Amino acid sequence: MDFTLDSEQTALRDAVRGLLGKAYGSSEDRRTVTKTDPGWDEKTWQRLAEMGALGLPFAEEDGGFGAGPVEVSIVAEEIGRVIAPEPYVEAVVLAGGLVAAAGTAEQRAEIIGALAEGTLVPAFAHTEAQGRYGQRAYAVTATKDGDAWTLSGVKEPVLGGARADLLVVSADVDGATALFLVQPDASGLTRTSYTTFDGGRAAHAAFDSTPATPLGEPGADQSAVIAQVVAAAQIAYGHESLGAMAFALETTTEYLKSRKQFGVPLMTFQALTFRAADMYVSLELARSTVTWATLVLLDADADATLEAASRAKLQVSKAGRHIGQEAIQLHGGIGMTAEYSVGHYTSRLTAIDHALGDGRYHLSALSETLDDHEVLEPLP
Amino acid sequence: MKLQLSDEDVAFRDEMRTFFTTQIPQDIRDTVTARRELSKDQIVRSMQAMNAAGIAVPNWPVEWGGKDWTPLQRHIWHEEMQLAGVMPPLAFNASMVGPVIAAFGSQEIKERFLPKTANLDIWWSQGFSEPDAGSDLASLRTTAVREGDEYVVNGQKTWTTLGQYGDWIFTLVRTDPNVKKQAGISFLLIDMTSPGLTVRPIELIDGGHEVNEVFFDNVRVPAENLVGEENKGWDYAKFLLGNERVGVAPVGSTKRTLAQAKEYAKTAGPGGTSLLDDPLVAAQIVELENDLLALELTALRVVANSADGKPHPASSVLKLQGTVLQQAVTELWVDLAGPNALATGAGDGSDVPDLARTATTNYLNYRKASIYGGSNEVQRQIIAGTILGLRG
Repeated sequence: MDFTLDSEQTALRDAVRGLLGKAYGSSEDRRTVTKTDPGWDEKTWQRLAEMGALGLPFAEEDGGFGAGPVEVSIVAEEIGRVIAPEPYVEAVVLAGGLVAAAGTAEQRAEIIGALAEGTLVPAFAHTEAQGRYGQRAYAVTATKDGDAWTLSGVKEPVLGGARADLLVVSADVDGATALFLVQPDASGLTRTSYTTFDGGRAAHAAFDSTPATPLGEPGADQSAVIAQVVAAAQIAYGHESLGAMAFALETTTEYLKSRKQFGVPLMTFQALTFRAADMYVSLELARSTVTWATLVLLDADADATLEAASRAKLQVSKAGRHIGQEAIQLHGGIGMTAEYSVGHYTSRLTAIDHALGDGRYHLSALSETLDDHEVLEPLP
Repeated sequence: MKLQLSDEDVAFRDEMRTFFTTQIPQDIRDTVTARRELSKDQIVRSMQAMNAAGIAVPNWPVEWGGKDWTPLQRHIWHEEMQLAGVMPPLAFNASMVGPVIAAFGSQEIKERFLPKTANLDIWWSQGFSEPDAGSDLASLRTTAVREGDEYVVNGQKTWTTLGQYGDWIFTLVRTDPNVKKQAGISFLLIDMTSPGLTVRPIELIDGGHEVNEVFFDNVRVPAENLVGEENKGWDYAKFLLGNERVGVAPVGSTKRTLAQAKEYAKTAGPGGTSLLDDPLVAAQIVELENDLLALELTALRVVANSADGKPHPASSVLKLQGTVLQQAVTELWVDLAGPNALATGAGDGSDVPDLARTATTNYLNYRKASIYGGSNEVQRQIIAGTILGLRG
């Protein structure tokens, strides 16, 4: 049992931190980048590609770098520290992960290498206005005509959906949920982009008899594959949240030291420092569960991974709300302003919380298996 | 990074599990599992069984019966013990006075006390808190005045847990009133049969007698019973309170109590139905299990990463969150017991399950957990000051 990074992993962390620190040295840099489409910086994405960060989770024969969940978690956490708007979890872990898990060898070779090189940015079009969370697709249906497939219906909000060079779309096939690839210039595809509250972009993606290529086995139910890849993304989001929560706490702590009222620093007031201490407790507890979930994912037991991802998401949901809300409150009025950093962190934590299942969703899911065990045993 | 225990640690875990589930007398484990109070005799037999196997005081130096275990192995030892319904070795002996004597005592004092302390032939009581020195322990006022080869002790200690069983008491006493309060304190060992020493019980809100007041009226203590140097007692007390990284949070026993609660809930609904079918009950238990998982993993991070001797910063979370969850599970038990929680005084003829009868006394009793050993407010002060650097 070991919860520490090895020297290569530490070097990766330092390199990513250096790169992102330059790109987003102040929260003003992020505001500038998120003001114009696509809401993130193509140059920063290229640099992440050159560093190898975009190919980390993929097999070398598919064009990736053959690393694993721990390396992905390191990048995600650094993304979270500066709340970099680049779609690392969304494009690499989620959309790329689906291609890697469900795609044919030919599809993997075509897509993964380009993703790793930064030349192809995919997005997963899964969420539906009435779909809430989970693996099922309802609003987009797939129809087969000979060997050709078309999709009809609407996906929304699709994170990064308008900028995407390739859409991975979930669709209903007679009650099963299958996956398809849709090219950005496909006929009958209309993508309408808008901003999300955290500075990102999402799209209304309408499909009208849009030609689509089955990802992997045509028409087969892939909800189990979706669940596994979503679990990996949930865990990576957990690390992105850890980075954001750590920064929010550090910023709050520094503010309590430097801000003076009544002629003394705010840290003179125990009512404030005790709340900062509780934020630290929330952060460390979340860090333990999320790090554990990454190691469960590393062991690749499918059922254990689903459960661990839910446990991590539940813990992070609670911690993210607690730390995000308190970070604003302990700052006072300045924490409410767009010019100051901390509110953007709360905003981003809120966005992550409601992507891929919030705390309550995972609490319900875990309730279903409450009677399967006497006690939880975290170690295999 | 990896989750798996090494083969060596897996073997160690199996060895501990086998020992605790087969070598500790069943009546003791049954009493612990029923969440009833252990008798003095049971506590003594339990620790002596461990000491006979050489595993009562693994945290001590090897030459005095300690084990050259890693922090992770000590954690495993502690968890397996709790999961098996075994009371940890008496803390006053094993975690408090023993390590202090071993670290700071003279060779003579070590030989005189350590073997009997490890075997619970001497039952130690703790004489730290006073009526006006709780969280602010250094304000203690019990005095020890040197007269020839003796100290004359006067004053009062309080919250002395299980002091009614005590043979000896280790005390912090003021030996120099004219210096900064921390600098005038000494660590003195006192025979509880000494003339002038009286123990008075304090009844608690659960109706139990667990703590006591101890009065010192011109108690004459041989000067050779001083541990280490005079006026260095505060350093020794800080060592005692601060050097423990294993077993800070009662993870194993809280897990066991929560598992029992879940089992009880399965037939505790109307007409013997399962309360787990109530989504609010299920959600509450899921959250507790998840919080307990986070706590256990934090404890594992602390022990796995403290092999170099430096305490892990997250260790301060353990006492705080450990007691929060310990209390939350006792509260859950009262909720699950519902009207049965009133049957605290029921005897053998009662239809109310035993664990439901003790639910409320345990709930009330464990309000103590966030107060003793440095209250949770003191823990927040430590986190804010030491870790976050927020010093008022």
